[in-house]
Amino acid sequence: MIRVQQGDFDPAAEIDKLLAGRTDIGALVTFTGLVRDIAGDQAISAMTLEHYPGMTERQLQEIERQAHERWPLDASLIIHRVGRMAPGERIVLVAAASAHRKAAFEAAEFLIDWLKTKAPFWKLEESPDGAQNWVDAREADCAAAARWER
Amino acid sequence: MKILYFAWLKSKIGADEEEVSPPAGVSTVSALIDWLVARGPRFADAFEHREVIHVAINQRYAHPGDPVGPDDEVAFFPPIAGG
Repeated sequence: MIRVQQGDFDPAAEIDKLLAGRTDIGALVTFTGLVRDIAGDQAISAMTLEHYPGMTERQLQEIERQAHERWPLDASLIIHRVGRMAPGERIVLVAAASAHRKAAFEAAEFLIDWLKTKAPFWKLEESPDGAQNWVDAREADCAAAARWER
Repeated sequence: MKILYFAWLKSKIGADEEEVSPPAGVSTVSALIDWLVARGPRFADAFEHREVIHVAINQRYAHPGDPVGPDDEVAFFPPIAGG
C-alpha cells in the first residue's frame, strides 16, 4: 500500500494495521525518515516537501510493485508526507514483511533507495535567518539506488 | 498543452502551471524547451542547465527527443530529492 499525506503518521499503528490477521509473516523491517535540524554545516528550522500529485503516487506504486517482483514479500507499505515540517518530525515510513528476514531487510532498503531517486519529491529547506534552499539530489542517494539496477 | 513546473523551476519562472499553444513545429520536448526559453529571461534562466532538468509527459518520465502534442501534460522538474 502507498499513501501520500500532509499529516503525521503513527508507525506502530500503521504496522499493526499492515500485519492484522497475518500469521505467516516471520520478519518485518521498517525505515522511518526524519527531518534533521542540520544540513552540512547549515542549521535548518523547517523543511517543505513538494510532490507531483498523480505522478508521485503512480511512481510509488511502481516501486512497490517492483519490490514484490524481486522479493517474496507478504506485505509492504510506503507512507510519504508532503508540506511543511519541523526538525524531528517524521517524513517517510517504508515497511517490508516476509516469511524470512533477508527478503524483508533487502526489500525495505530497496524501497527507500528507489523512492529517493525515482519518486518526484523535492525538499525546500529553511534556515533560522529566513533563507530558503532547494535541496539538490545527492550523489550518495543515486549511488545507493544504482546498486539495485539490473 | 498544459505545462507544470516544480521546485526551483517554479520559483524561477514564477508560476506552477500554464496553458500554452506553441506553433505546430514545436513537436518534441527539446523543441518545446527552445520555444519556452525564447519567451523571456525568466525561462532562459530556469532552463539554463537543461541537461539536469527532468521532464514527464502525461506523468511518465520522458526524454528530450520524445514527441509532445496539444493534448499533453508536460512537467519540468529538478532532480528529485525525497525521503
